[in-house]
Amino acid sequence: MELPTQTFRVTRADLVRYAGASGDFNPIHWSDRFATKVGLPGVIAHGMFTMALVGRALTAWAGSADAVVEFGVRFTRPVVVPDDDEGTEIVVSAVVREVAESGLTRLDITATCHGEKVLSQARATLRTTR
Amino acid sequence: MSLDHSFVGRSYPPTAPYQVGREKIREFATAIGATDPAHHDPEAARALGHPDVVAPPTFPMVLTMAANRQLIEDPDLGLDYSRVVHGDQRFAYTRPVVAGDELVCVNTVEDVTSRGGHDFVTTRTDVNTTAGEPVVTAWMKLVVRGEA
Repeated sequence: MELPTQTFRVTRADLVRYAGASGDFNPIHWSDRFATKVGLPGVIAHGMFTMALVGRALTAWAGSADAVVEFGVRFTRPVVVPDDDEGTEIVVSAVVREVAESGLTRLDITATCHGEKVLSQARATLRTTR
Repeated sequence: MSLDHSFVGRSYPPTAPYQVGREKIREFATAIGATDPAHHDPEAARALGHPDVVAPPTFPMVLTMAANRQLIEDPDLGLDYSRVVHGDQRFAYTRPVVAGDELVCVNTVEDVTSRGGHDFVTTRTDVNTTAGEPVVTAWMKLVVRGEA
């Protein structure tokens, strides 16, 4: 079964807000000067910000803020966020791999930016009965 | 220079307790656009059976990233942080973090490998309350890119 796709817009302002809230002030997430110096195309989103957006998708699919039992990803491709009003978009989808009798649902997750996967081995287990 | 593989299995002393504040959870939830009332409204969280607002799933990173400084700054491990990339991240939850929790992190080096000129370090961070109740375990794999 495929779950409804969720789309998240990401702008520079979101990265600044996330840096403050998370305590991750690595300049590759806010300075083009620094990001290009270390070989990146420009400022990139925190991997953990992308993971947090996927986390939002998980709780929305589960219909509950406390339903996530296990959640793991591999960061495979940077999400470049341009310095404009539109920013970029992360598209999150998932298929149900298994519904266990214990009330746990296992998902395989796909997250893309401009049609390219930004995560691999993205999996979660949700508690789907209370 | 590859990392010292004898670090596998090494644990660090527990971190100082982290007091999870209601406003910190609200701030984090707002920053990621998470509008579910259980992240913001204590009554909504209580309706789900929690004592106070519930943190979003990746919130524990706020603590575990700070706790991982123990490893990053360990001169004996010799991690060159300027060459470190976040490879993998995983969480296994006993229950969600909630406001009012006092949490302690214990870092353990689970794996150190070298492949293709790069080093890979996997750490496990066990997050428990100060009373010893397990809350969440976080695994982080760091990739230390080889020098070109």
